[in-house]
Amino acid sequence: MEYYPHIVCDPDKCTGCRMCELACSMAKEGVFAPLLSRIRNVRIEPIVMMTISCRLCQDPPCVIACPRKALSQSPETGIILVDEDLCDGCGWCIEACPFGAISLNPATKVVVICDLCQDLEEPQCVKYCPKEALSLSTTEMVAQKARKEAVTKLLQELVAS
Amino acid sequence: MFAYTGRILHIDLTNKTTSIQRVDEGFLKKYVGGVCLAARLAYDNIPKGADPFGPENALCFATSAFAATIVPVGNKYSVAAKSPLTGFLGDCLSTSYFAAAIRQAGYDGIVIKGKADKPTYIFIDDDVIQFRDASHLWGKETWETEEAIRAEMGDETVRTCVIGPAGENLVRFANLTNDRGRQAGRTGMGAVMGSKLLKAVAIRGTKPVKVADPDRLRTLALDFAQRAQGPKTEKYRVLGTPANVLALNSKGILPTRNFQQGTFEAAEKVSGEYMHEHHHEKTVACAGCPIACEQVVAVREGPYAGARTSVDYESLYALGTNCGIDYFPGIIKAIELCDRYGMDTMSTGVTIAWAMECFERGILTKEDFGGLEPYFGNHEAEVALVEMIAKREGIGDLLAEGVKRASEKVGKGSEHFAMHVKGLEMAGYDLRGCQTFALGAAVGTRGPCHNRSLAYEADTHAEVPLFTCGPERGQIAKDKEDFAAVLDVMMFCKFIRGCFTDLYADSAKFYTLTTGIEMTAEEVRKLGERAWNMKKAFNIREGWTKEDDWLPPRCFKDPIVNPKDGKGYVVKPEDLRMMIDAYYKARGWTEEGLIPKEKFIELGLEDIAEELGV
Repeated sequence: MEYYPHIVCDPDKCTGCRMCELACSMAKEGVFAPLLSRIRNVRIEPIVMMTISCRLCQDPPCVIACPRKALSQSPETGIILVDEDLCDGCGWCIEACPFGAISLNPATKVVVICDLCQDLEEPQCVKYCPKEALSLSTTEMVAQKARKEAVTKLLQELVAS
Repeated sequence: MFAYTGRILHIDLTNKTTSIQRVDEGFLKKYVGGVCLAARLAYDNIPKGADPFGPENALCFATSAFAATIVPVGNKYSVAAKSPLTGFLGDCLSTSYFAAAIRQAGYDGIVIKGKADKPTYIFIDDDVIQFRDASHLWGKETWETEEAIRAEMGDETVRTCVIGPAGENLVRFANLTNDRGRQAGRTGMGAVMGSKLLKAVAIRGTKPVKVADPDRLRTLALDFAQRAQGPKTEKYRVLGTPANVLALNSKGILPTRNFQQGTFEAAEKVSGEYMHEHHHEKTVACAGCPIACEQVVAVREGPYAGARTSVDYESLYALGTNCGIDYFPGIIKAIELCDRYGMDTMSTGVTIAWAMECFERGILTKEDFGGLEPYFGNHEAEVALVEMIAKREGIGDLLAEGVKRASEKVGKGSEHFAMHVKGLEMAGYDLRGCQTFALGAAVGTRGPCHNRSLAYEADTHAEVPLFTCGPERGQIAKDKEDFAAVLDVMMFCKFIRGCFTDLYADSAKFYTLTTGIEMTAEEVRKLGERAWNMKKAFNIREGWTKEDDWLPPRCFKDPIVNPKDGKGYVVKPEDLRMMIDAYYKARGWTEEGLIPKEKFIELGLEDIAEELGV
């Protein structure tokens, strides 16, 4: 099964500064407003820090839940597309998402979902993260990195030589 | 005008009323935010001679012009009130999401006066302000209180500023807590809040913040965020401020055993390096900070297993070396308790160190301590005393008054080693080997504060000799204070100060791109001076005289050894007088240290000159 690239957060590197939320809301809405950010930082004090944004799931529950067929998934990129004319802000998709990755814009009554900054050169949260905790990766890329790290650790002496 | 809301929220706890004060662009450009705005609000809202614990004292919050924007390390607020420790202006800073929430709810500042008739907390829900019962929260620790309020609201985005039991019990150095690990730490703002029967201020701010030039601001912010990953912040990012322990120990200015020594033989065991190896869990960031310096540490085994908090140098010196303690887990436990009860680790440590010296000298006895034997190095006694202070139990009731009042009450020569200026306990740089800061500590408006003065930089960065002094220090101390004040008014964390090419020009740029209000580097420089004079003016109105700018007797009488030449050094009173005179001159003040009319006019503070009758 092929996975789409999405924003991946390394919780060891994330320091909980939330610059990603500000970069996102400015890029997408032209204002600094964490509530309008497509990426949300979760801080469970004192040391658990991680961001949540759309994971571009296979068979996305948000699309299935939408009673007005306002949401669809792009087959090419996996991005969840919101038809702003059809969306009435009912919030079923918000509740259906197991990660809490969808937010409602209270002004427009339309939901907002990460689109990986398709219209920009790179996702702005990745660009502004001061600790390089965020990356645009697929699940497979994350797994590859983990495998390599695990093997390197196991066979440390051989790797070094 | 962008970013600013032009609104100051006034809250009266006695009558349960609120009102909005509109402020215009001219006012905001003059006071900007942070310490300068908070000091102006305090000056305007606290009557002369107010009782710090009376309803007439006002807690004046001022957020940063950059709060809730992407400007690095700009999510700070300042809070000012008349300090129950010093009787002068108390002013504190805290970087936190609470600072952003003030702006997001639609305010540039908040002034809280009066006194509630029962434990209360204020909930600011954008434009709706509620006075809520806090009976069920009274007695709760700080971290518990923050989480209890969020749970009650069912909203994780609610930001809080709370007191713990220490604030409720009017411990004079109780503080305010936000975001668990952040405190508006010094001068007893938590006790002021407690005296109002106010347990917390909670804010839900949902309003977007617009800035004047988003593209250029973002680019500049990113540039600084990247600079903040470089060598100028390495110390903070890697070991955090605890890196100071070994650095100051090697210079002979690490306060040890209540300032009886400038080196600690067990410094290695309480160093940042030791902490990192044995206790470090994670390095985390304050709101909107690209540096990340907060070292969260934990105790994994032994009698204090499970203790977990973040440790900074000042806490480490005060509750560690200054109490002669070389057992790191004990220090972590003591800091954790201070944080949970909501009190200043620095004042707590310096006051306990004084008590330990009283015990060792027989001025206070085992009976006085309820059976404890608090000799230097006794971490169990320290941990017990922290609890007793917060709860005002036994001798804790005396120590909760701070070292000035406690020593005045006990007498018997203990005033000689009560390490405070104006009633505020010392910071962790021994003044005898840090003589520019000896001047800075003597003249500081809130007491001997390294952060407000920054004069220690001249000493520790080898700009001047450590153990001697000269009249040039007057100008140096003044310049460092103004530099620090700009950081406190613009509200940049001091840890990013090395990343500026030119603080004045760079912050002018940030300010204009954010607010759309034109500002020059020269105007920013003036701003630092205005802030300092604003604070001083408050103190003058409260009856400040030249005699208040002085140091405790130990600094003059008991030498510490300079490791470089093996000789003992003190601060000579005639030297301090000479430096103070030079400092007043550099400030453009009178020989009596008062602000002349021309200076007020130069700074645009004519109305204050008039009120003070200058």
